Parts: sequence; structure tokens; C-alpha cells
Amino acid sequence: MTDTLSTAVSHELDGNALLDAYRTMRTIRAFEERVHAEFATGEIPGFVHLYAGEEASATGVCVHLDDRDAIASTHRGHGHCIAKGVDVKAMMAEIYGRRTGSCHGKGGSMHIADLSKGMLGANGIVGGGPPLICGTALAAKQKGTGGVGVAFFGDGASNQGTTLEALNLASVWQLPAIFVAENNGYAEATSSTWSVAADNIADRAAGFGMPGVIVDGFDFFAVHEAAAEAIQRAREGGGPTLIEVKFTRYFGHFEGDQQTYRADEVANAREHLDCLKRFRTRVTETGQVEAAQLDAVDAQVTDLIDAAVEEAKAAPKPTAADLETDVYIEY
Amino acid sequence: MARTISYREALNEALAQEMERDESVIVLGEDNAGGAGSPGEDDAWGGVLGVTKGLYHRFPGRVLDTPISESAFVGAAIGAATSGLRPVAELMFIDFMGVCFDQIFNQAAKFRYMFGGKAKTPVVIRTMYGAGLRAAAQHSQALYPIFTHIPGLKVVVPSSPYEAKGLMIQSIRDDDPVIFCEHKAMYDVTGEVPEDSYTIPFGEAGVVRDGDDVTIVAIGRMVSVAEEAAKQLADSGVEAEIIDPRTTSPLDTETILESVENTGRLVVVDEATPRCNLATDISALVAKEAFGSLRAPIEMVTAPHTPVPFSDALEDLYIPDAQRVANAVKTVVEWKR
Amino acid sequence: MNDAIRKVVMPKWGLSMTSGKVTEWIASEGDEIADGDDLAEIDTDKIAGALESADEGVLRRIIAQVGEDVPVGATLALIAPADVPDAELDEAALLAREELDSGAVAEVAGPVTGSVEVEGRTICFAALGEGEETVVLVHGYGGDKNSWLFVQEPLSQSHTVYALDLPGHGESTKDVGDGSLDVLAGAVLGLLAERGIERAHLVGHSLGGAVVVAAAAREPARVASLTLVAPAGFGSRINAGYLRGFAEARSRRELKPHLAALFADPGQVTRQLADDLMRYKRLDGVDKALGALLGTLLDGDEPALDVAPLLSEVDVPVAVVWGRRDAVLPATNGEGLDDVEYVEQAGHMVHLEQPNAVVAAVNAVTNRR
Ligand SMILES: Cc1ncc(C[n+]2csc(CCOP(=O)(O)OP(=O)(O)O)c2C)c(N)n1
Ligand SMILES: [Mg+2]
Repeated sequence: MTDTLSTAVSHELDGNALLDAYRTMRTIRAFEERVHAEFATGEIPGFVHLYAGEEASATGVCVHLDDRDAIASTHRGHGHCIAKGVDVKAMMAEIYGRRTGSCHGKGGSMHIADLSKGMLGANGIVGGGPPLICGTALAAKQKGTGGVGVAFFGDGASNQGTTLEALNLASVWQLPAIFVAENNGYAEATSSTWSVAADNIADRAAGFGMPGVIVDGFDFFAVHEAAAEAIQRAREGGGPTLIEVKFTRYFGHFEGDQQTYRADEVANAREHLDCLKRFRTRVTETGQVEAAQLDAVDAQVTDLIDAAVEEAKAAPKPTAADLETDVYIEY
Repeated sequence: MARTISYREALNEALAQEMERDESVIVLGEDNAGGAGSPGEDDAWGGVLGVTKGLYHRFPGRVLDTPISESAFVGAAIGAATSGLRPVAELMFIDFMGVCFDQIFNQAAKFRYMFGGKAKTPVVIRTMYGAGLRAAAQHSQALYPIFTHIPGLKVVVPSSPYEAKGLMIQSIRDDDPVIFCEHKAMYDVTGEVPEDSYTIPFGEAGVVRDGDDVTIVAIGRMVSVAEEAAKQLADSGVEAEIIDPRTTSPLDTETILESVENTGRLVVVDEATPRCNLATDISALVAKEAFGSLRAPIEMVTAPHTPVPFSDALEDLYIPDAQRVANAVKTVVEWKR
Repeated sequence: MNDAIRKVVMPKWGLSMTSGKVTEWIASEGDEIADGDDLAEIDTDKIAGALESADEGVLRRIIAQVGEDVPVGATLALIAPADVPDAELDEAALLAREELDSGAVAEVAGPVTGSVEVEGRTICFAALGEGEETVVLVHGYGGDKNSWLFVQEPLSQSHTVYALDLPGHGESTKDVGDGSLDVLAGAVLGLLAERGIERAHLVGHSLGGAVVVAAAAREPARVASLTLVAPAGFGSRINAGYLRGFAEARSRRELKPHLAALFADPGQVTRQLADDLMRYKRLDGVDKALGALLGTLLDGDEPALDVAPLLSEVDVPVAVVWGRRDAVLPATNGEGLDDVEYVEQAGHMVHLEQPNAVVAAVNAVTNRR
């Protein structure tokens, strides 16, 4: 059985917590829109996959996490990184291939990681993350830290054998793991309505003996609540959960994608469903946060991203001396 | 008529001509058409870099999109090959072999032998390899040596549009499993390609350039790097013979040995990392079989023993270039006991 | 520039040639040059050949140095009568040198390629020149239109010169039907008809020699003259081993030894030649075509063709050129023919080894009335 959660706020967030969540989502959005613009100038090398539109998922889950907890991300990883606390300037520098980047320019957009923050890395291999999260969850369980592991993965990745094997293993071992299927409707140019041979990804949870829930991915509060419940259960030894988050990605699969497979769903989502707009309306209507406070966050985020880009462009690139370092710890 | 077309177009033409000729040829892979189940265009992608574009409409029902389930669809292609089809499956990036390797090396590669010569598995697995697009560590590797290592697989690494078309047609007609490695930085490289269908046999190296001073064996995209180096070297009076094995399995050892017997010097250029790659394999062959002809130690120009770095500053150092090849040639030519 | 100063330019040999190198100057500055004299050895990435002079006079200035990469059409040297002042030549040489250094060389028009449909087959050709009279060059077994590259260019000075790909060859349709002479002659005549060429001088090499005889016998009105270069269909000897070896070779390695039979000078058998022929042999349908044509050429190990009776029916000027060292169709095969010109330093591929001899023969026969 799959439950669809209502958006009632059961886990109260105070004003500061709301502002923090908003800041995270706004930072992700601003980061991605800026990378989109900079990519078009030709200055950013390689493949870049943007997370704009999906901010509520990373944010709604990661607000519950702390340094005990690990997440695994995807090729579309910038949002997960920011939500898990990776330094935004280091991320930008990484995307520009600079020595000051999170991975010293060796990883790039698809491999940003900060293990000190429990961020196990964006991932170039679709379905690469879920098995790893079984491992972080196993470690947390063995060591009794109370930590959890969260695997973010796409609708496309939900069809990968590695993902399905990980779901089963997590359930068999009753691991403190949360599997967040981010269903943005497409894997590259392929619709999830075609590639997922069930009505919902979450429906598959039953087959693995774990709870499955579907949430509106444009609604921060819905994600927040579903995640709270799953994470709490996991921390208490109740085993894994599969959460399917449904929404739309705003940009192409990667920068440069002509998106001829799409209808005009993005315009509608941006106009009527957007997670930032809905968040703002909701928290100002309830009076928990003033509009001016949100505006101030917007301005701070803009400054941060400006500075991140400026510093990234000015930063040095790695040199020949860096080429063969860090292949091993010792060799 | 021979026209100038791109590596991408040459591959597309080979696929189209074989699909036209033989109904049992099918094409499958992630977004090989693209747009499955989506509200917009069908054949929206034609493969992530457009190699299969247009086949979906020309050959209805014979271009299959797949979920992201490489183990399942590569395995399915292999199974279908045992049952009368000639599938051309696309493993988008060679790096993704990790998620489906069992089907390739424990299944397809071994059927013929394990089953006492009774099986026939005419499957082609097309895949992109190689660095240069800033695609970083998990999308840039030159992993053909790993496939070359495995008995039962044939491994093709075409170096130009002409080779791409002829080798693809040969791969499809070949009754053994073939791993067909396309360099992702070469899709827009152009060259003269006949309009007619043609094949290039496996295990016959191309001699790209004649020369008496040194033999350069180069794999895939490294052939053009070696050619660039050879031009530079010719200006200083060193004539390099360039050999393109075309297939790393089978390997045309005869052409390599003959050339080294004439030149007495060998440089191998391989984009793969240096341990257990084609450079070491070919060097060992020559050291053993043509030891008496060698007038200098063999030089190997390869990537370093590291993953592929993302930053352009590092990736440019990572990929063997003409200067490094020319330096290696100078080393062997000037070598004195 | 003084009209008396004539430029010697880098020739365009074949469709894909864009540049070449002088590997040796055969003539030196100050030498008297006659039309047709060898001036220099030219090497392209595909072939090497001798550049012949199309003018007479004194070789006054050499512009392109040995080893220099020179685009097609660029000036290699200047020829002028002895009385043209040195100053004028210096000026012309300077201009030519500047043009070469700047790379701003106007691309010379090479052959124009095209195709016609004949009896359901596509027949491809390359045409060069604007002369009033048309010459059609017909290659032999396993050859193609490019094999005439040293002949087509000089002939184009005075004629419109077509080189075609017979069915089963080059870029033409590979199906040869029963492979009979009739099918092949039909392709030649079809080309004439489709191109609106009322009458042409036909030049045929080897199998192509038999083909042009058959074409002339079938439609005599369309044929102005015949030049037969080591033609098949005459005499009693044929190198069946070569023909079978060529047809059956599966690799460069297998093919190359057979090719030695084609030339007087074994140095002509380059790796590139073997590669180019293998490229052709690997086109779909070529195997079958070569097999069928083998049946046309051979009866066991003996020649299957006899076109002498056909030739006797034809009443046009005929020239015959034969390489004295032909190891495919030995020169003794020409014994029954009138006025055979034997070329000493040539094997079967006279038009590649001694192109002047073929050019001269064609020029002579086309001027005979
Ligand atoms: C094993 C593997 N197969 C294929 C790919 C190529 N690829 C990269 S992203 C992607 C689509 C992923 O779709 P989804 O999981 O829905 O994530 P989204 O891009 O929508 O965020 C594909 C096929 C890959 N990186 N790894
Ligand atoms: Mg998706």
C-alpha cells in the first residue's frame, strides 16, 4: 500500500528554521540559474545537469539530517550538495575546474563531494548511489550512531538493478536507510510513465517489504513531513522507507538539451507550482515569516552566488603537479 | 560515391544499410530513439550524441528504447543474438560496463567455448570511450583493454569515418560478440567514405603512413595524434610508419612485427591507462617476437595511472598528444647503447 | 606577365588530390624543354608520378623546392623562350613565390564527376576538358576511372575526356549481370547516349580494350577511333594466376604479391596501391562482379575472349599500345594486330608507367581521319 501524505504541518518549524529552509532552496535555485547562464557563455566545461525546480526535495529531506547522516546523490547533484551543507563557493570553483574547488578540479559538476559533511558525492553512474547508502546505513547501525543514510535517485535510476538490489538489501538488513526517488518525469528524453512499469515508483516498496509514500515535490512541507517520518523510523530501528517525490525539472536533461520530447509543462510549473513561490505564499500568509525577511535572504543569496562565480573565475587551475596525486593514499 | 561525411554519419549509415539488408538487425539502447512515452517528438534524441538518429522512423519497430537497465537490456541483446536476431545494443558510455559486465564477459564471451562450439552470439555492443570532452572520471575512460583481455570478445576501435563504417558493417555481420568502441571526441571528424556498403576484416591493421625510421602503433583516436606527430617528425627528417590495429582483438601481430623488423624501433600510443593496456601488450609482443630487430628500447605513450581528471588544465595533460609522441620517437631514434 | 612566360603548375591527379611535393627535379634551370618532356617527380599522399611539360622553351626558373608541400594549381616552375629578359622572369618568379607562400592559390578545376543510369545501373564518370571532340577512357579488370589520372589531364588539353567506371567497378553499380562483354559495352554506349555524345574516341585498357572493340562493333557510328592499351581478346596468352589471385585475395598481404605482375617496375606496387584496391574489393557486390567477369576473361587457364573478328568489322582508325614487359596479357598477343606500338619500360599498366606513350597514341589516332 502506498500512502499519499497531506501537506498538514505535523513537525512544526519555527521562523528561523523556515528562513533557513528558504535560504537553502533559494541558494539552489540561484546557483542553478547562474550556472545555466554561465554555461551558455561557453566558460563551463563538461556535462552539467541542473536541479532547478526540484529544490524542495533535497531541502525538505536534508533539514532533518546532521553530521551523523550520509547522503548519496546523482548526476543532478548540486541541490543535494547545497542542502547537505557543502560550501557553495567551493562547488562553483569545482564546476569551473579550479584548484580551489570541492574536489580540487578533479571531479567537476558530476562528482562534487564533501565527505566531512556526509555528502558522498554526486554520481556519474545512474543507480550508483543506493548500494553505497546501504553501506553508510550499515555502518551507522553497527556503530550505533543513530545516523541514517539517504539515497537520492531519479525515476530513471529506479529501473536500475543496483537500485532494486539496494532496496531489497536495506529491507533484509533492516537498515536505517531512506530511498528518495526523485521522479521529475524524465530520464533524459524518456518519460517515466513509459519506463517505470508500475503506476508509481513508490508502489514498488511493497515488493521490498518497506513503506512507500508519494509526495508532491513542489511542496516543501509535504516532503519535509514524509522525510521526518521516514527518518525518525529509521533512527529508531524501524528500517528503510521509499519516498517518491514528484515534480518537473526546469531545464533540459543536461545543458544543451533541445527538449523536443517535452510539452510546455515547465512554463506551467514555474508559474503555478513552483516550490519557492508556494513556500513564500504559505509562510507569509500564516505570518510565520515577513516578506521582507525573505527578500533579504534573496539579496544575500544573489551576493553569495555573484561572489562564488567571481572567485571561481579568478581561482587558479590545477597544475601538472596535481595530475597524479590522490589516486591512492599511499602507493 | 565517396563523399566526405562525419564519423557519426558513417556509423549511422552503416547501421541503416545493415538494417536495410537484414531484417534481423535491431538497434536498442537508452534514448536510441528518445521521447518514449513523452508528449513531444518521437526520435527526439537518436542516441545521446545522435548516432542512431532517424533509424526509428525508417525501420519501424526495430529501434527500441530501453529503461536505464543496462544489465537487463545488454543481456537481452545477448540473449536475442543467441536466438536469431543481430542486435546492436548501445552501452552509452564504456564506463557503464560496470553495471552490466557479467552479461558481457561471463555470458556472451563464454557461450561458444563453454557450450562446446554450439553457440553463436552475433551481438554488437556499441559504446563511447575516451577523454577530451571534460566529462570527468566516470565518462571518459578508455577501457577497451579490459574487453581485449577477455577471450571470446572481439574488440573494435575505429580511427576514422572510413574505418567506422566498414568495421561496423563487419561487426554486425560477424557471428561473434563484438565490443565496438567509438571515441566520443571523434563524432564530428570527417573523412571520405564510400556510399556503398563495405566491410573491413577484423585482425587486419591499417598502415596509415609509410616510414622506415620508427614504427608507431596507435589505437583509435591516437592514430590522428600519431599522424600529427609524424608530420612534425618528417620536417626533421624522421619518417614514421603508423599502424592502426583497428581491432585490438583479434590483433594483427604480423603487420606490427613486419614493420618493426624494418624500422627497428617501436613507439606505442594508447589512450588507456598504462598498466595492462594495449601499449604493454604490443610492447611485450614485439619484445618477444622481434627482439633481434629492435635497435632501441620500446617507448609507450599512454595516459598516466590515474582516473581521468575533470579540469581542462589536467585533462589536457592526461591525454597523449603529438608532442609527447614526437618526443618518444626522438628518444628511440636517438637512443645509443 | 609576359605571355611568353608559361607556368608549370602542380597538376591535379585524381579527385582527392589537393597538394603534392616535388621529390626530384628531373630538368634543371637552363634546360631546353620539349612538349611532353619529364620535368619533375611528384609525390602525393597517394601516388607518385612524373610531371610532363605541356609547353616548350627553356626551363628558366624553378619555384617550388624539393620536399615543399605545394597546393594543386600553384606554380612549380617557369618556362619561357631564351629571349625573354631575366628581369621579367625574376618578377614573375617573385610573384609566384609570394603566391605560394601566402597559400592564396586558386584551386584548379579537377575532373567533374557525375553519373548516368544505364539499363538500371548507375554508371559513374569523371570528365575533364572542354575540347570539341570527346575521348572516353575505359579501364580494365579491377580498375576504375582513377587509373587514368596521368592520361586524362594531358588529353584534356585538346579533348573533352571522360573516364568511366564499368559496372562492377569504382563507384558504379556493382551488379554486372552475366558479366558479358555486351553488358560492359552497353554501359559505355549508354554513357555516350545519356551524355548526348554523338561520337567519341574510345580508349580501352585490358578488359576495357575488348569492351571498346565490342562497343564499336555494336554501334560503329558512335565511334571515331579506338586506342587499345594491352587489350584483352587478342592472342592466346593470359596470366590466369594473376586474375584469380586478384579476385580471391582477401587482404592487403594476399593481394600485394599478385600486383607485381602489373608493372615492369616492381617499385610501383606500393602499400597504398594494395590498400586502395582492397578498399574496392571490400565493397559489397564486388566479389560477385569480379567472379562473373573472371568467367568472361577465362576459359580454364586460357583466354575466353576473342574480339579480333569484331575488330575486323570496324572501320575506324585503330592504335594499339603494348608494354613490352606485360606479364598479364603478354605483348606477343599483339602479333596479329597492325601497327602495334611496343613500349619498352612498361608492363601491363602502360598508362600508369609510361603515360606519355598512351597520350601520344591517343593524340595521333584522334588526328587521323
Ligand atoms: C549506468 C548509467 N547509465 C546511463 C547513464 C546516462 N544517463 C545519465 S543521466 C540519465 C538519466 C537519468 O534519469 P533519472 O534517473 O530520471 O535522473 P534525472 O536526470 O531525471 O535527474 C542517463 C540515462 C549513466 N550516467 N549511468
Ligand atoms: Mg528523472
